[in-house]
Amino acid sequence: MPDLTQLTLTQVRQQLADKSRSAAEVTEAALTRISATEPKIQALLSIQAEEARAQAQAMDASGPDAAKPLWGVPLVVKDVLATKGVPTTCGSKILENFRPVYDATAVARLKEAGAIILAKANMDEFAMGSTTENSAYFATRNPWDTSRVPGGSSGGSGATVAACQCYGALGTDTGGSIRLPASFCGIVGLKPSYGRVSRFGMVAYGSSLDQIGPMTRSVEDAARILQVIAGHDERDSTSVNAPVPDYVAALSERADLKGLTIGLPAEYWDKGLSPEVAEACGAAVKQAEALGAKTVPVRLKLSEYAIATYYIIAVAEASSNLARFDGVRYGLRDKDAQSLIEMYVKSRTKGFGEEVQRRIILGTYVLSSGYYDAYYRKAAQVRRLIRQDFEAALNQCDVIMGPVCPTTAFKVGEMSDDPLQMYLMDIFTISTNLAGLPGMSLPVGLGRDSGMPVGLQLTGRAFDEARMLQVAGVLEKNVPATGLPKL
Amino acid sequence: MKISPEEVAKVARLARLDLTPEKIAQYAGQLDGILGYMDKLAELDTSAVEPMYTPVDHVSVMRDDVARKEYTREDILKNAPETDGSFFIVPRIV
Repeated sequence: MPDLTQLTLTQVRQQLADKSRSAAEVTEAALTRISATEPKIQALLSIQAEEARAQAQAMDASGPDAAKPLWGVPLVVKDVLATKGVPTTCGSKILENFRPVYDATAVARLKEAGAIILAKANMDEFAMGSTTENSAYFATRNPWDTSRVPGGSSGGSGATVAACQCYGALGTDTGGSIRLPASFCGIVGLKPSYGRVSRFGMVAYGSSLDQIGPMTRSVEDAARILQVIAGHDERDSTSVNAPVPDYVAALSERADLKGLTIGLPAEYWDKGLSPEVAEACGAAVKQAEALGAKTVPVRLKLSEYAIATYYIIAVAEASSNLARFDGVRYGLRDKDAQSLIEMYVKSRTKGFGEEVQRRIILGTYVLSSGYYDAYYRKAAQVRRLIRQDFEAALNQCDVIMGPVCPTTAFKVGEMSDDPLQMYLMDIFTISTNLAGLPGMSLPVGLGRDSGMPVGLQLTGRAFDEARMLQVAGVLEKNVPATGLPKL
Repeated sequence: MKISPEEVAKVARLARLDLTPEKIAQYAGQLDGILGYMDKLAELDTSAVEPMYTPVDHVSVMRDDVARKEYTREDILKNAPETDGSFFIVPRIV
């Protein structure tokens, strides 16, 4: 019998619904687990313990509500998402005291579904990073081995879920920021198609790339959270007004992979993988074949251009988005400045960390007169070619499979001196954001050498999260269980 | 050399950032490497390709222009570093 905190979201919501557990009991267990594990992993920037307890008690008083699919379930939200009255720092000093007066749509939908928001998760500052070492507050550690990073930028969300501090978390993914920490922490992470989930209330990094998605301990858990947060929102003009299928029902439709085709891009499998990642992901593909799937080679021949394309577009959008931090309406202000311009400059220079400043400068450069065509416009053109590559590949298969990352979680400090080296860790994940496609990370066991979790990446057709979830759901039951970290 | 320390300093000014000479030199070196890597894109002929700025093609969505008052003035001013209770206050401009 697993400990209460080790249940999946799907299991605990059932126990809450049939009243074998109260919301207060579940919330208290999660808060106790947070107290016990937080000194080791530092996943959380702020904890809303009293609010959570009060909410749980009020919910118990009125009793379970069958219309609320996440009734009484404690969740954590990445600190880049606006939470009404609750600190929302984006991992940056410039927003240290910021308390939004509204909820992000995804957060509001979780609350409407009965979820209890326990805490805000640590992250690389403004979601810029792949390790969660770039938080202005502290670095989060990997629950499997605290000398290693949890991945990033949603590393706090990944670590809190893997450490069983909560039953699921929201992350955001601009170039792999859900899938990479999910892979490194041995959990499920899903980046929806661009436009599937409203970005309203998500502090923007790369507006044409960002998506919010679930990070959970099972595929079904991810389906349940996606179900709640997906769908059109009039406050985000890029959210798409398309029907949201019943993801949980879709999962129950399949017990095998017969009739499905899986595309294997040579560009993702042929070189540069650590042996343990190649082995674990390769075994999962073999298992998919044993379950009836057909595998075909596909080409993503522009993969080698994806990182350059991505970093031009992402930093250009970031430099524009982060222009709003001027010390006037919210955020840090330098109090000594004598003039308005000096106030802008000093506030921004004090408030933004090093990686954020580096990306703002790079973004400003690629957008500046004389360089715009050579960099930004060129990257936008290559972006279209990359999407066409994916469309052609996905005409030959239902989902594409490859590793999430060439390695398992690396050691703290290993990547901090060389920004380009760190950008290269995103090699397999960023194309999905450029193309706007759904992607997910599924844990497929522990690496033979490091003993750390390995994530298999699935990429689906646009707005076909259901098919991707089905494949992941079947595979999850048939690959070696990753289990939970001994923390 | 893709980007000189002088160019980094100029771009930093445009972005309203104040960098020390050491930081300018450090960023110039790093950005030079990154921009050099980005030049890889020049290998591709994209002369006939329409740029793709977003994955969705309906970004200009029309709706009725209806005023909604969801936040009070107090709400909006709540996070400001300095206000007089009615307005945002900034250092003297003129």
